Amino acid sequence: MNLSYLLDPSHWDFSDGSIPTLIVSHLWYVLLSLVIGTAIALPIGLWIGHTGRGSFLAINAGNAGRSLPTLGLLMLMVTLLGLGLTPVLIALTVLVIPPVLTSAYAGIRNLDHRVVDAAKGVGMRPWQVLTKVELPMALPVLMSGFRSAALQVVATATVAAAVGLNGLGRLLIDGLAVNDYSRVLAGAIVVAVLAVLLDLVLAQVQRWIVSPGLSKR
Amino acid sequence: MITFDDVVKVYPGGSTAVDHLSLELPTGRTTVFVGPSGCGKTTSLRMINRMISPTSGRILIDGKDVAGQDEAVLRRGIGYVIQHAGLFPHRTVLDNVATVPMLLGKTRREARAAALELLDRVGLAAEFAGRYPAQLSGGQQQRVGVARALAADPPVMLMDEPFSAVDPVVREGLHREFLRLQKDLGKTIAMVTHDIDEAIKLGDVVAIFRQGGVLAQVGTPQELLTQPADEFVAEFVGRDRGLRSLSFESAAGLPVRPVAEAPEVLLDDAGRPQDAATFTQEDSLRLVTDLTITSPTGIAVRVGPDGKADGIVSHHDIADHIARIKGQK
Repeated sequence: MNLSYLLDPSHWDFSDGSIPTLIVSHLWYVLLSLVIGTAIALPIGLWIGHTGRGSFLAINAGNAGRSLPTLGLLMLMVTLLGLGLTPVLIALTVLVIPPVLTSAYAGIRNLDHRVVDAAKGVGMRPWQVLTKVELPMALPVLMSGFRSAALQVVATATVAAAVGLNGLGRLLIDGLAVNDYSRVLAGAIVVAVLAVLLDLVLAQVQRWIVSPGLSKR
Repeated sequence: MITFDDVVKVYPGGSTAVDHLSLELPTGRTTVFVGPSGCGKTTSLRMINRMISPTSGRILIDGKDVAGQDEAVLRRGIGYVIQHAGLFPHRTVLDNVATVPMLLGKTRREARAAALELLDRVGLAAEFAGRYPAQLSGGQQQRVGVARALAADPPVMLMDEPFSAVDPVVREGLHREFLRLQKDLGKTIAMVTHDIDEAIKLGDVVAIFRQGGVLAQVGTPQELLTQPADEFVAEFVGRDRGLRSLSFESAAGLPVRPVAEAPEVLLDDAGRPQDAATFTQEDSLRLVTDLTITSPTGIAVRVGPDGKADGIVSHHDIADHIARIKGQK
């Protein structure tokens, strides 16, 4: 294993194309696509779970979304929209939507219906049932869907480099182009470490936002 | 008072759950709906707080049609207790109980203070306040469920099989607590159970439903036991209804014989019986009958408020007494 690229201090300053700046741009793509994808998928998933209407959509979205090849989708978007951040975000957002939508739907659908009945029975309005009971109770399932989406996007955001953007994909694509396998390896390692760290952070977030009453079984 | 006025519920698909129900639930009393499964008792209960809407007919609470009222506002004014308690698992015991006051606009601090008082009322120590439902036993959860329903001090309470998910010993305790609480609070309660013994024990009025959502008979427990309207009711209240109806006869009218007639009853120096089956004037005839059956001597000893023996009865005395009561009726 040749770690020379990774361990070279000159690649860790904040100059253009250094590893830290690539991490920042990589995380920026990840963050944007997670925010946009969740903003689209969460309300739809919650609505389907709450009303029970359109559940075929929730189930099939998961399967269809997962089978779309991201690189192919990205090239299609670039063809249609031209180069830039938008096609990359669309391709990555498509990855985020299925797990978030399916887990939001499943999280609410599989709740103990007696608790939901009690929530209505004590006089909560439908919106209060959703926000005060269904959503907090569905959080463990929802968070696992979100974490799997986050992992997938961290790994896949490398495609941004294929259409001229930055991100850790630069190390992979540029390394391959000049047969610098040490650089490719550096890119792979940093992406993997980033994925693990992000998941640890999200696990901590989950511990903060999920009520202890749901885990003390 | 809760009034069912010719209420019908037909489910989509054509099955009739409730068939022309007209019934009045008296204010401040417990009315128990009882019957086999599929008799429409739960459907009837859930129509009171509009969890289910009737196909036709009206339900009135103190003369006001529930159909004209805002669903959520109506429900906040009606205590709701369900089987397995239906507690919110992500909220602490205290916040579960504080739910309705907070929906009604109380501040968190006010609602929690009231909730703490209620926990005490239903017999739960303050140390439970910060726990989560999953950390409680079934009986404790059910107490929290009752406290949650009582939190906003609603005049009306609906209880759907509230005690069926706990074991018999715990249920016995919850029954006692329920009767004690209801004596203090005097709520208008509608309760559903499939257990006729529970209905007779807890109900001031019992409504027996039969399959197809037809009301078979309404009356006090005693009326149902002594004058069942038909075969179905007689069968449902059980073959030992004669013995059970003695629960409602006081031992006060039971004539006793002098203690000296039974030399086998041993008294201590103060005149208190030793190792004997004893009862007081406040007990029921059923208890006295039971005592004479289980006592090896066949004799039960009546004691006064001071604990001293003041008379004895045997099987024969009870049989004679029952014959006399029947003759009077």
